Amino acid sequence: MMREAFFERGFVVRDTTVSKQMHPYCYLIPVLLIYLVLFILPTLMSFFFSLTVWTLSDYTFVGLENFKMFISEDSLRIGIKNTMIYAVMTSSLKVILALFVAVFLTSGLRTQNFLRSMVFFPNLVSTLAVGLTFSSLMHPTRGVFNAFLGKLGVEGPDWLGNVHLALFSIVAVDVWKGLGVATVIYLAGLQAIPKDYYEASSIDGASKRQNFLHITLPLIRPSMNSVIILSFIGGMRSFDLIWAMTKGGPGFTTDVVSSIVYKQYANGYYGLSIAGNVIMFLLIALFAFPLYRFLIKREASL
Amino acid sequence: MKRFGLVCVLICMVSVLAFSAGTKETSESVANAKAEPVVITMLIDNGQAVDGFNAVAKAAEEKLNIKIELEVRPGGNEGENIVKTRLATGDMADICLYNSGSLFQALNPSEFFVDLSGESFIDKLDETYKNTVSEGNKVFGVPYSSTQAGAWLYNKAIYAKLGLKVPATWAELIANAKKIQSAGITPIIGSYKDAWTSQLIFLGDHYNVLQLYPNFPEEYTAGKAKYASNKAGLRSWEKLHESNAYLNKDYLATTYDMALEMLVEGQGAMYPMLTQALSYIYQIYPEEINNIGVFGQPGETSGGSGLTVWMPASMYINKNSKHIEEIKKFFEFYISDEAIALYSAKIKPDGPYAIKGVDLPEGTYAGVLEMVPYFNAGRTAPALEFQSPVKGSSAEQITVQCGANLKTALECADSYDKDVRKQAIQLGLPGWN
Repeated sequence: MMREAFFERGFVVRDTTVSKQMHPYCYLIPVLLIYLVLFILPTLMSFFFSLTVWTLSDYTFVGLENFKMFISEDSLRIGIKNTMIYAVMTSSLKVILALFVAVFLTSGLRTQNFLRSMVFFPNLVSTLAVGLTFSSLMHPTRGVFNAFLGKLGVEGPDWLGNVHLALFSIVAVDVWKGLGVATVIYLAGLQAIPKDYYEASSIDGASKRQNFLHITLPLIRPSMNSVIILSFIGGMRSFDLIWAMTKGGPGFTTDVVSSIVYKQYANGYYGLSIAGNVIMFLLIALFAFPLYRFLIKREASL
Repeated sequence: MKRFGLVCVLICMVSVLAFSAGTKETSESVANAKAEPVVITMLIDNGQAVDGFNAVAKAAEEKLNIKIELEVRPGGNEGENIVKTRLATGDMADICLYNSGSLFQALNPSEFFVDLSGESFIDKLDETYKNTVSEGNKVFGVPYSSTQAGAWLYNKAIYAKLGLKVPATWAELIANAKKIQSAGITPIIGSYKDAWTSQLIFLGDHYNVLQLYPNFPEEYTAGKAKYASNKAGLRSWEKLHESNAYLNKDYLATTYDMALEMLVEGQGAMYPMLTQALSYIYQIYPEEINNIGVFGQPGETSGGSGLTVWMPASMYINKNSKHIEEIKKFFEFYISDEAIALYSAKIKPDGPYAIKGVDLPEGTYAGVLEMVPYFNAGRTAPALEFQSPVKGSSAEQITVQCGANLKTALECADSYDKDVRKQAIQLGLPGWN
């Protein structure tokens, strides 16, 4: 009775019994249950099954044999190497190129808005479609790229068949596609920099280059951190573009951990493919977490 | 406003009731007409020619009142993955079309498919073929099409123009290739964009391996014979390695379809491939089909080369199907003379049929007629995958490495042995540790 009276007058009653304190947390239970069953449980199960030879119906425990195979076999080890190259290259290219594109797109051009949409457009197309399209553009004799180079008198290489070039061709296509997202993040960051700094520096007679190095770069750090983390983790997990362009070929040259995991799964080596997934998890944890902590610290010290 | 809303809802309710009443009437009238044909689903891979099957299925529709609906899946490793997943999840179609031999036996057939060994029509099957669709005494499948060989397709016009003869030894094949190359034509077509096509020189050499080591399959399965250390086995990899000098410039970007186009149009002279390609060529370039010949991959000595034969894909009945008896009747019809005649009218055979007492019909491809002497002289052998359940799963990638000369033949043979070992361990085969 008293409580209703209080509510009618707009008072907030603070009840200190334990059940009442737990009350808000009860609303979390359905979500936590879903999270537990769909995420936590499979993760723990995969840690377990990565230590077995598994046929989906029964398993034999083999300890670290699957991991040893991944590290010792050429065809599997190359995936780890390629994944790191792929992630570092796509990440650094996106971070650097997108910054220049974003600065260019905030310099007050008349067609600025149109150009911004154009830069973002590749990101909207399905990755598979992009992969297949570039794959046919890069055909050594019938593709458009080499036809164009032929007109200039240069014999174009086999972009996806040359074992030294293949992975980098795919990196280039990935950067082409992913530049849009990075640019958009930078644009948001650039627009958040207060104009006062630029006004103050122009009074002091600073050049455009000094503006960029001493105002833009330090203040764009939060956006840059986002781009670095997102593109690095995305690059490590990338699968669809590589699969659409080369399926990991020729031979094993462009295999990354995710395509290897898929191939082992396709062959019925379920334990081995889960071990590959665990390795990918460990790689990301090993590189992405310290990177994230490092970047956040530098951001905070600003 | 409220009234208006109420009226709208009432109108919707009435129209829904009116429509549902209508549907009920139509389904009743259909039930009074002829009995619906039994619908049977079949999962098939996209590399199979279907015209012959469809002709037989149409006749079966009238004779047995069944209707077969095809579901298409990819081939190669991806296709195997799909079939294994769907069997494991209980989501398989009524009929599953799949390879015969070791790939089939790796599916654990007695768990998923119906045993046909008690049926009378099983006696009509060729013995060698029957072994490739059996597990122990149980027989599970009937052949979808004719047998075929992993051999060399060649453009007869180019051979005639340059005055070349079908090579009897590997050295003669290389000599032919050199002559073709100096005439400005690609001697050997490579289509490595479709990685599975790079395996044929290696797999097609199995007849030659067996001539020197008849026990190779057994020892290989037991983990004792290895490609890197076995002279004949290593030779298969070396032949693949040697072919690189005579491939088309863009072999890494060429697909299977493009390669067949090149062969027919005379841009390439020879193409190591399964003779099922003849059916594909016939569907797309029917006038050119008799210009394509077939010869078996030659060995080192001119004792008469042989053919490595692939058993046809087979159809197996899903244990969970609700129409098992109807499908058995369909299978019995499928291997009858009437059905084979219907089939060959649409799709000429790529090799002799795996059914006893069947002659090759009129109008069989010139290439297939060239295969008959091999069968008549007994110079054939089944491919390794039908004699051993062990086949490395990364085979197509390693053969690409070998054919593209990314590694030496010995390194590739060794890689393949390691890959086979990985499969043996993962599948728990005995004697491999």
